[in-house]
This record gives sequence, structure tokens and C-alpha cells, in this order.
Amino acid sequence: MDLKEKLISSFWAFENHQDEDTYLHNIRTEAIKTFEDHGFPSKKEEAWKYTSLNSLLKNDFSVFPKQENAIEYNDVKKYFIHDIDTYKIVFIDGKYSSHLSQTTHDAMDICLMSSALTKPKYRILIENYFNKIAKKDSLTSLNTAFSSEGAYIHIPKNKMVAKPIQIIHFSTGNESAIMLQPRNLIVVDENSHLQIIERHQSLTDNPVLTNSVTELFVNKRAIVDYYKVQNDHSNASLIDNSYINQKQESICSVHTFSFGGKLTRNNLNFYQHGERINSILKGITIIGDKQHVDHNTLVHHTEPNCESHQDYKGIFGENSTGVFNGKIIVNKEAQKTNAFQSNKNILISDKATINTKPQLEIFADDVKCSHGCTIGQLDEKALFYLRSRGIPEKEAKALLMYAFSNNVLSSVRIPEIKQRINKIIANKLGVDIGFDL
Amino acid sequence: MLKINNLHASVEDKSILKGINLEIKPGEVHAIMGPNGSGKSTLASVIAGKEDYEVTDGDLFFEGEDINEMAVEERAHKGIFLSFQYPVEIPGVSVTNFMKTAINETRKAKGLEDMPAKDMLKLIREKAELLEIDRKFLSRSLNEGFSGGEKKRNEIFQMAMLEPKLAILDETDSGLDIDALRIVANGVNKLKSKNNAVLVITHYQRLLEYIVPDFVHVLYNGRIVKSGTKELAHELEEKGYDWIKEEVNA
Repeated sequence: MDLKEKLISSFWAFENHQDEDTYLHNIRTEAIKTFEDHGFPSKKEEAWKYTSLNSLLKNDFSVFPKQENAIEYNDVKKYFIHDIDTYKIVFIDGKYSSHLSQTTHDAMDICLMSSALTKPKYRILIENYFNKIAKKDSLTSLNTAFSSEGAYIHIPKNKMVAKPIQIIHFSTGNESAIMLQPRNLIVVDENSHLQIIERHQSLTDNPVLTNSVTELFVNKRAIVDYYKVQNDHSNASLIDNSYINQKQESICSVHTFSFGGKLTRNNLNFYQHGERINSILKGITIIGDKQHVDHNTLVHHTEPNCESHQDYKGIFGENSTGVFNGKIIVNKEAQKTNAFQSNKNILISDKATINTKPQLEIFADDVKCSHGCTIGQLDEKALFYLRSRGIPEKEAKALLMYAFSNNVLSSVRIPEIKQRINKIIANKLGVDIGFDL
Repeated sequence: MLKINNLHASVEDKSILKGINLEIKPGEVHAIMGPNGSGKSTLASVIAGKEDYEVTDGDLFFEGEDINEMAVEERAHKGIFLSFQYPVEIPGVSVTNFMKTAINETRKAKGLEDMPAKDMLKLIREKAELLEIDRKFLSRSLNEGFSGGEKKRNEIFQMAMLEPKLAILDETDSGLDIDALRIVANGVNKLKSKNNAVLVITHYQRLLEYIVPDFVHVLYNGRIVKSGTKELAHELEEKGYDWIKEEVNA
């Protein structure tokens, strides 16, 4: 039985045990049918031309973990941003860990998807928001069919959430191979501010495939900063499907830091509905070995006077491969749109590859849109300059690579994240210099 | 300190240096002058260790040690400093962070601990004052958007921070107005001692008014064709380089 068949039969076994809830049952069964019709995406599809899931799908993934697994906080402390106070929603092999989490229902809900999907008091929100902006493509549908757990966050209006929220998914490796399908729903109401840090972390080298879906609603004048830290083990793969719906005058930024993992695919979709919206998409990718990172972004401008800023930097070593596919759509009504996109890459090995493709579909005539992509090597003159001041070659290269990606970090608003990322970068580049600029 | 014997160097099979002999002792200031394309900057780069140049013959000794095979950074650790004719712009690295990294990497190579942050700040402040560099300037990205004068002043600031034994100033006067020239020369003079040496590479005599050389050499077509004292520089300023070319070609 291949993975697709296994998933479908597991679905029915799982769904038949669920309480009879027609609303969600209909959504799930419709979703599994979509997945059944389309299956996993193949390289024949334009959007998956440079990213193949084939070898990954050969693993015999277990779909539901057999047992509940526990982890001691001290063993995994390093994966948390632990030097500041935060809310935490933590999962172990797909199951909620109350032991590692710190949630709240005090004037806002920072809790679990499983509660939200089952408790009547959340029903209205679920009916208004759940599965409303998630695409009906096969991978998202697969997640929808299995959606039972993840983070559920609802911030009512006029609330400055003082502490960032960390959403962390651990996989213990107790299963020989595991597939996880976390589902997050985040609703931030008018004038509220929220910061989120998301991380997927396996604790062994056993294969993990995570197919994650996040729906984020950023309502009027709300401000949301979302940080994705992707620095997983070499056998862990992640398909991150994020859908963000923005209302007027809202600001939403997503920073994606991709350093680890085997295969990472980020499907990041922004839909703007209202005027004077700002969407910010930033990324740093530093990979080597045979790692693969694919950024697939969409910003859809539908109304006038909005902005979007995309800035992705990539450094590719050894046999690694990168993909950047950035799509901007500007509807006819969306006059005075400012949409910018930049994707700059450095190849530090002859065997590394990057495929970069901007895709602009502009139907309005009074807009400012720009895009640029570059692929280059490290500047030899700059390298000589640094070395002539006594900085050894390896450190000089690291400094140049760091400098290259530095501007992406400048917009990170949580200093502890910046420090953490600096450390990961130094580590990744194999140097011991503090990049505390 | 520096001893160059019969040095030949080429770039992409094009021979540029064709037998240079030069000895610099501690406490001395040497100037190398010469027309454009004579090989002045190549000589500076070869001493600093730029890998684009291939040394095809001859020896390069620094403090009695053969440095020909030594990496650029190792030469820097030994005390060789090159002030660049065209300093490279490096966005994203601040002047301060660059200097911290350079000093601590040099200390690491010598088996020393990192310099304590307090001492580093004090040193930076001291040397910035010497070069009349504004504090704000130090947090800017290295050379990015600096004027020609700022870039050169920044080079000498780095020299002051690193305190090299041999400083090579490659066309440091180009692009400098008279005030900047005075500040730069003043900085170099204050750093001079009986233990270190300076090699000034220049097309014009102007800088030598301020940094007075003990010896002046004329480089032409890859060779030192004439050596003398500072009077030679005056003569070149008055008569240009044509008479040298004629003498050599005769």
C-alpha cells in the first residue's frame, strides 16, 4: 500500500471514530476526496517543477502515533526562545503537551485546535474562519481531512499581546517514520498586535514529513509579526502552507529562516482585502549538503493603495538546491499598489543550484511594481580586503555571507530571535564570531 | 624588515614585475613613484599576498622569513598592512564590527584572548580621534557611501588600530583634498616609530611633502630604474617621467 492509499484508509478509520458532527465531517470528507482525486503533486505541475516529493513519499510513515510520548523540558529547552517570557503551544508527535505549554483563556484564547473544533463555544468562529482561505489544493486538502490538532489563537479587538507566542512541534523519533499534519487557526481582531514564533523540530534522525496548514486572519489595523525558524534535522521535511487574509490598514510580516531540514517547501499566500494594507515577506536561506528549500510566494492585491515587500536572500553550498517562485497579482481595481520583490542568491559551490522565477500579473495601470533576482558568487575583492586585515578566509567568507543576509534580519522586532538566528548562522557557516552588529 | 630579491610576478601570464630588488629596514620610509602602468600597485598587492598574482621568480622575505607561500591573512598577522587604492564597499558590516573581528582574529592567530570590549572601545575612540573620524561614522557599513576622502581616512584608521610593522600606502593621496591629505599624513606620521616602516606608493610628489621619505625609488616597466633621496621626488615633480623613460630606453 503506498502512502496515498494508506492515508485514505487511515482517514476513514479515523473519521468513523469521530463524533457525528455534520459540519466538520462534510469539510473533511470533501477534502479527502480532493486529495484522492489529485494525489501528491508531481513535477508535471508547474508549481512543483523543481521540487520532487517522490523519494520522500517512499518512507513508510505512520499517520497516527501509537503512543503518547513525553519530553523533559531541559532536554529541549534550547529549541525554545527561553530568555523571554512567552506563551507556548507545544506538540509532541502531533499530540498536545500540556506539560511544555503555557496557554491562556484570559481575555483571549491561546490554546488548541482540538478544543476549538469540538467545543460549542468556539463554533461560530470555526464556522466563520476555519478552512475559509486555505486553498483547495491536494496537500492543503490532505491536511484539512486530518485536521484535528494545532494552535488555535483568537485575539479580540484592541489587545496588545505583550508576550510572543511560540508554536513548537517536536517529533521524538519513537516512530520509525512519522507524518504530521498540524493545523493552525489564528484570528487577530481590529487594532490588536501579536507576535508568533513557529518551529518544527525532530529530536532524532528518523524521517519526519510535516504537512502544515496555517490560516491567519489579520483584521482591520491589526499588526502581526510571524517568525518561522526552520532548522530541523537532516531527515525532517516540511511543507508549510500558510494563508493570510488581511483587512484594511493591517500590517503583517512573515520572516522565514530556512537553515535545516531535508526538503522544505514554503507556500506563503497573502490575500489583501481592504485599502492601505502592508504585507511583508522576508527570508534567509542558508543550506548545504543535499538540502532543498523552495519558497513559493503569492501576494494578491485586490484594492487600491496597498503595499507588499518581498526580500529573500539565499546562500547555497555543496549539492543543495533552492527554488524561489514569487507571484504578485494586482487586480484592475488595485490602483496605486506598491509591490516590490527581491530575491538574491549566492552559490558557494559549483554543484549548488537555484531556480528563481518572478511572476507578475498586473491588471491595474497606475502601480509601482518592481522585481529583481540575482545569482552570484562571493566578491573576491571584498574577500581579499577582509583577509588583508587578518580575518582568515573561512571567517571572511562567513562575514560576507552574513553581511549579505543582514538586511533581512534588521526588520526582526524581537532581539532574542535576532540573537538566536545570528548564532544559527554562525554555526551554519562553521565560524565562531559573534555577529552582534 | 622587508627584503625583495629579483622579484618577478605576472597576472594571467602577463609579466608585470620583472626583477625588483628592494630592502626596507625598521624606522625607514620608502617611496615608490612611477608612471601609470609601471607595476606600482602590483608590487603592493604581491607583498600583501593577493592570489591573482603569480610570483614566477625571486624571493620575498619579511623579518627573515620567506613569505611567498604565506596566505594573505597570515601576512597580516605578521604585521603587513596594505592601505588600498580603492577600498572595497561591504554593506552590512559596520566599521566597528569589522575592526573588532580583525583585531580579535589577529590576536587569536597569536594565541591571545579576545580584547576585552572595554579596551576595544577605548582603542577605537582613541584612534578615531587621531584621524578626526566622527563616532557616527563607525557604526556605518564599511566604506558604503563613503566619500573618497572618508575611505582613505578609514584605511589609515584601520592601520592605526592594527599597528602594523610595515604599512604599504597604495595611492593613498588620490582623491584627497588638501585637508584630508593633511589629516591622513598626520595620522601616518604619528604612528611612525623606529620599529616600523612605511612604503608609500604614489604617482605624485604631493603626499611626500607630508610623509617625508628616506628613500625614493622609480618604478618603470616592472623594474626599479632609479633610487635616490627625497630630492629625486622633487625632480620627478618638475620634469615628469619622460626623462626617466628616455634614460632607460637609451
